[in-house]
Amino acid sequence: MGDDLFRLTVHEAAHLLARREVSSRELTAAVLDRLQGVEGQLNAFVTLTPELALEQARQADERLARGEDVTPLTGIPAAIKDVICTLGVRTTCGSRMLENFVPPYDATVIVRLKRAGLVMVGKTNMDEFAMGSSGENSYFGPTRNPWDRERVPGGSSSGSAAAVAADACLYALGSDTGGSIRQPAALCGIVGLKPTYGRVSRYGLVAFASSLDQIGPMTKDVTDAALVLQAIAGHDPNDSTSAPVEVPDYAAGLVPDVKGLRIGVPREYMGEGVEEGVRQAVTDAIERLAEMGAEVDWEASLPSTPYALACYYIIAPSEASANLARYDGVKYGYSYTEGASMWENMERTRQFGFGAEVKRRIMLGTYALSAGYYDAYYLKAQKVRTLIRREFESAFQRYDVLLTPVSPTPAFRLGEKLEDPLQMYLSDVFTIPVNIAGLPAISVPCGFSQGLPVGLQVIGRPFDEATVLRVAYAYEQAAGWRHRRPPL
Amino acid sequence: MPIDRDEVLHIARLARVGLSEEDVHRFQEQLSQILDYFQVLQELDTSEVPPTSHVLPLQNVMRDDEPGASLPSQEVLANAPQREGDFFKVRAVFEE
Repeated sequence: MGDDLFRLTVHEAAHLLARREVSSRELTAAVLDRLQGVEGQLNAFVTLTPELALEQARQADERLARGEDVTPLTGIPAAIKDVICTLGVRTTCGSRMLENFVPPYDATVIVRLKRAGLVMVGKTNMDEFAMGSSGENSYFGPTRNPWDRERVPGGSSSGSAAAVAADACLYALGSDTGGSIRQPAALCGIVGLKPTYGRVSRYGLVAFASSLDQIGPMTKDVTDAALVLQAIAGHDPNDSTSAPVEVPDYAAGLVPDVKGLRIGVPREYMGEGVEEGVRQAVTDAIERLAEMGAEVDWEASLPSTPYALACYYIIAPSEASANLARYDGVKYGYSYTEGASMWENMERTRQFGFGAEVKRRIMLGTYALSAGYYDAYYLKAQKVRTLIRREFESAFQRYDVLLTPVSPTPAFRLGEKLEDPLQMYLSDVFTIPVNIAGLPAISVPCGFSQGLPVGLQVIGRPFDEATVLRVAYAYEQAAGWRHRRPPL
Repeated sequence: MPIDRDEVLHIARLARVGLSEEDVHRFQEQLSQILDYFQVLQELDTSEVPPTSHVLPLQNVMRDDEPGASLPSQEVLANAPQREGDFFKVRAVFEE
């Protein structure tokens, strides 16, 4: 067993740790070995923290020996997306701008995970400032898909998805503004959950688009997603947009029962542009749930869906252009100092510190917010946002969950969409509406197309992660896809 | 809706982003294409629809103003590209 410890899920490992059959130190050493073995092929990490991990494992073992304060995450090796601030460990956001930035504080999710017994093996690679759908926009080079290393792992949580799929950690945290947890989870064949907006504190998450960003778990199975969400969810006084809403016991709600559950399949998500293998896998998965007793309506409709992408690509860059104004080369980060004036230094700092996609989005957002264009772009997009929200609200009066593909295609080739931003944006077409409406949604593996993983998206009512997790769990248990692993 | 070179330069100046000549060409083309795509929103009648700035029904989240611990200034200054004593150092804002 010792050699294969890295293959365990969180709940399997927690069971062995609690019974003292393995130590966190053994588990962590096995995961670090595995990580070293695969990292050269994947480039999933920006920073490795093996010494910190072994020290945290030692502390976890003491805790496990005392049997006090033990949680399902105590002593479990994890990877953290490099957009989440970690005290004393550099946090780059995949950008030259923050190449050497060492946060003076921990994000709230890190404080909570440390309290639960975090063992952090490293910070994962990502599209710069979480802007991208392929992982290729990282200053530290692209991450590769463990299923086919000529293909992208998806993005922006590219490294977290690849690391979990390759067993280089037992679980990871990602962040999701327009699909950045769910789309790479789908393309890498793992589980990724975007919680309801406000469910998880954003304090210490480097801001991209503040009305859309959420942190969430990326895991090997649905049970693990429930356990990690449990640890990070809940109100935080440091984030005024975190919701004072009670957090249920997610693991207790995981029963493989969907009898009588009302499922809507919005037809706008199954039409043109969906690759045939993806459509087949998703259709089979929904039929499976129908066989298990769910009531499926294949003719649900969210008519504003075709407008969501344009709405998002106005709102998110607008918010980003304001959030990223802080990178001026004065307080932290890359700084150009050779210019003739303060303004020239600032412009050069941002020219050389940001990559092409980040600059493109800052430009787009600045344009959408600028005098003369505000009403036609930003205000219009915010009104369309209302329409999209209302359609979801009305759908959830008839259905308990909505089921869709996560991504219209499986993993595409490295470089395939790099020069065509609009094509790249289209790979988020089914995940974006969920962020616009602030809803919870999960990606759960539902088969393969062209030998590449496909994800089923389960969308739920606000703060009803419990139902989302239950549907994903019931399907996962019935389908058994988890036993197929990438060839690494 | 194509945007011209001057508009690209104007936006870059508002955003304080320096651009190479190549960037200007590329962004002019790509931003025109993306802005053109945004026109799809004009198909929707939103004259009676209020804008959403935020999905949660939260308003004016208040708390008591109680003094708490702040980050130590040395730790905050540790990431400063240039500092002088306990200050961030920056070029003069107003030219002579």
